[in-house]
Amino acid sequence: MAITSLKNLDRELARFHLRLKFAAGFVVLLAAALLVRGYYLQHMQHEYYVQRAESNRISLVPAAPHRGLIVDRNERILADNYSAYTLEINRAQMASLERTLTALQALIDITPGQLRRFRRLLAESNEFETVPLKSRLSDEEVAIVAANRYRLPGVEVKARLFRNYRAGPGMAHVVGFIGRINDRDLATLRENGREQNYRGSVHIGKTGLEQSYEGLLHGRTGFDQMETDAGGRAVRVLSRIPPVPGKDLRLYLDVELQAVAEHAFGDYLGGLVALDPNTGGVLALVSKPGFDPNLFIDGIDPDTWKELNESRERPMVNRVLRGIYPPGSTIKPFMALAGLELGVRRPGDSIVDPGYFMLPNSSHQFRDWKRGGHGVVDLRRSIAQSCDTYYYKLAVDMGIDRMHDFLAQFGFGTKTGVDLDGESAGLLPSREWKQRRWKKPWYPGETVIAGIGQGYHLTTPLQLATATAMLANGGRPVQPRLVAAIRDPATRQWAPVAPMMPRSALAIAPAHLEVVHQGMLDVTRPGGTAAASAAGASYAIAGKTGTAQVVSIKQGARYDASRLAREHRDHALFIAYAPADKPTLALAVMVENGGSGSGTAAPIARAVFDYYLTGKRPGDMKFGDDNAAD
Amino acid sequence: MPRISHWIMRRLSHLDPVLLGLVLVLLGISVAVVASASGQSAARIGGHLMNIGLAVGVMVVMANVPPHVLSRVGMPLYVTGVVLLVGVALFGEVRNGSRRWLDLGVVAFQPSELLKLALPLMLAWYFQHNEAVLRAKHYAVAIGLLGLPFLLILRQPDLGTALMIGVSGFYLLFFAGLPWKIVLGGGAVLGASLPLAWGFLHDYQQRRVLTLLDPSADPLGAGYHIIQSTIAIGSGGLFGKGWMRGTQNQLDFIPERTTDFVFAVFGEEFGYVGMVLLVALHLALVARGLAIAARAPTLFGRLMAATLSLNLFTYVFVNMGMVSGILPVVGVPLPLMSYGGTALVTLLFGIGILMSVATHRQINKT
Repeated sequence: MAITSLKNLDRELARFHLRLKFAAGFVVLLAAALLVRGYYLQHMQHEYYVQRAESNRISLVPAAPHRGLIVDRNERILADNYSAYTLEINRAQMASLERTLTALQALIDITPGQLRRFRRLLAESNEFETVPLKSRLSDEEVAIVAANRYRLPGVEVKARLFRNYRAGPGMAHVVGFIGRINDRDLATLRENGREQNYRGSVHIGKTGLEQSYEGLLHGRTGFDQMETDAGGRAVRVLSRIPPVPGKDLRLYLDVELQAVAEHAFGDYLGGLVALDPNTGGVLALVSKPGFDPNLFIDGIDPDTWKELNESRERPMVNRVLRGIYPPGSTIKPFMALAGLELGVRRPGDSIVDPGYFMLPNSSHQFRDWKRGGHGVVDLRRSIAQSCDTYYYKLAVDMGIDRMHDFLAQFGFGTKTGVDLDGESAGLLPSREWKQRRWKKPWYPGETVIAGIGQGYHLTTPLQLATATAMLANGGRPVQPRLVAAIRDPATRQWAPVAPMMPRSALAIAPAHLEVVHQGMLDVTRPGGTAAASAAGASYAIAGKTGTAQVVSIKQGARYDASRLAREHRDHALFIAYAPADKPTLALAVMVENGGSGSGTAAPIARAVFDYYLTGKRPGDMKFGDDNAAD
Repeated sequence: MPRISHWIMRRLSHLDPVLLGLVLVLLGISVAVVASASGQSAARIGGHLMNIGLAVGVMVVMANVPPHVLSRVGMPLYVTGVVLLVGVALFGEVRNGSRRWLDLGVVAFQPSELLKLALPLMLAWYFQHNEAVLRAKHYAVAIGLLGLPFLLILRQPDLGTALMIGVSGFYLLFFAGLPWKIVLGGGAVLGASLPLAWGFLHDYQQRRVLTLLDPSADPLGAGYHIIQSTIAIGSGGLFGKGWMRGTQNQLDFIPERTTDFVFAVFGEEFGYVGMVLLVALHLALVARGLAIAARAPTLFGRLMAATLSLNLFTYVFVNMGMVSGILPVVGVPLPLMSYGGTALVTLLFGIGILMSVATHRQINKT
């Protein structure tokens, strides 16, 4: 019994030892698996994982460049930057947005407007973006928020560069504004392959020069190579590619001249472009009313936007660039020149004006603005007195085809190519255009009214000014330009912008130009339509008045400005250049519902000439407050 | 005075020098790694040292408890453990979606921890008790004793702990002589039932397994742990980035890096050379444990020593396998390396038992 149990015990022990060996083998197998895995990760895949660890560790943090400045011809600042603290909200980092907002409102003053704007930006942004709630915090507000940071997760105070438009509403249509980059901007940037350069940027040019010179103003984004931890916090800087600041722009424009022009408009709305006829440089560009561009930088609050956008005065429309009006009588000097150049008229040819014009086989009277007519009228007089009958007949003798081709040389019907976006091309009608657009033949009567700039013909004030500059400079096509020079902030040197596409003068006989020139001088002399506005000037002005019809006047009825509501009055036009012998400024003025060119538009031109040529300022105008920060 | 020092020497004589040396070397490494992983946090290092002190104390005490005394607590401990598990199922506290904790008023603890030692003790006692008359039915009863706590813990649900406890019970049955045909047959049945078991897994468990197969499928969610730990280990290379110089570690990319994922920190900073050394140390520990089992005079001692040794290495394998991306994520710490008092005390409790088996050579009458 004892022996068998001992034998049993031996057998049991032997079995146990065998199983221990199995266990040992099992353990060695597991250990081998671990070591093989370790060898695979740490030796065979080592390079790959080193790279993965590096890309975990290193992140590129974009550094936004300083945006270039915009200054006027005397380097008075129109747009610059300042740094300030903003209060920004990151929704993703907070439990309840509403509770955070309530807590913030208890700490600092937040206006309903700021709150509305914030909510709109919030709706447009994704969940992880930080959205500004209030900009330009006072030092006290910064301190209050900083002291309460521990209980406001997701609330950040950031030092940011802000754009500041110093020149007031009058420059809004020139300088434009920047705004927050939206989805459409992003899509455009992506298409142009410029997305990378906007990694650190919040704003982009939306209108005006800010838009058209975006590529120069923005600069190049720099990158800091940062070591960051898993929470995204920067631990230290490894290397740095500094941002390259954007270029500064110097304009031809003179803010004081601009202010004088704006002031001269008084209560009237409208547009004015003053060009240097020798360079095409834009000396003043007024579109009234303006608006405060600073409102748009960080998103405008919805109520203000609605007010601006739905206002009957349409302050957001750049009238100079996009407003299209019949040229009216301002087309006459160009028509006269066409008549001479095409051999349809000689300077001495004259007509007897009965006060109306009739086409053969028609009883329809095309009336002159002057009842009873101007009597005997030659070419010079036709300009000076703005005789309609002369031009009705001239147009018919010339024909619409030749008229179109000649006027086209002065840029009517095509964009001027100014360095601002969104320009309208206007409309210079032709037989072929009418067929294409309206599928109708050209009627002779349409040629008649085209002779006095009515009918289909539409121009922008900018086109009129450009064409006027050509009359002033002897027929040399110009391209209006706002930017005169560009400065690299690193070198501080201004580099002039070469005039775009220098074109040779049109082949126009100087003698013909001279006749027209004399006619335009007569306009401002006693007996001319704008004589009153030029009285007493120390320099000679060559000009032409015009009106653009707003409501059509019935056959047989008379236009009487005093009997019409102001919004139904004609737009007043005036084109001019001076000094007449050696012009340095050419302009076009359009006064909305101004009635007549001589009454409202010409005086504005006079104020601009006076200031530009003699330094005389309107007596009732105060200077020095236009450059104050908003 | 001499009597006291004599007494102390007697107590210390029960510490197996090989096991003690290996344990102290590993704990030394662990202090260094936890120091690096915690960003030299004095609180963490201090806490770790206190845990080590406590656990070593427990080990010294257990080394002095003769196996025959220990074998007597197996059954009461097991019964208590199972009763508590039932209590958890009925009154337990839910944390992180599973019912694992029992709030005893003073402390909250997981009864499943208790079973990690109670189950082997119970089974070893049971086989020792029936050593002379061992038959097939005893194995069946043993499987029942194993299955009861296994199912209770599985229900909590805590698949990881259930498996680890089930495996330790299985090891003991294996060493106790469970016939090969049952071992292999059981393995085959288990393999065949895997697809069925898949259906019983909870969503998060299924996700962990799937994540293992393709961590990049959910890089910020469940896959994040595995991706970051394999990056850490792989970027360590053959020789590592150096102590305190692992970027994945220092810059917070490794989650749970003082506890379950401490091996990622070790692998990043000490490289493949470090890993081989670490595995070698653990192998030496297991080898010593199996040697103790081979020479143990009683069945209880043999079974306990062999099971505890194998169990130790199973933890090592599951943890390293999980951190290096060959096993699903289960919450198993790396023995003798991870920060965490309970696991360390339980572990050194077991090593104390090993030492006790090694140093109490005479057969005691029971």
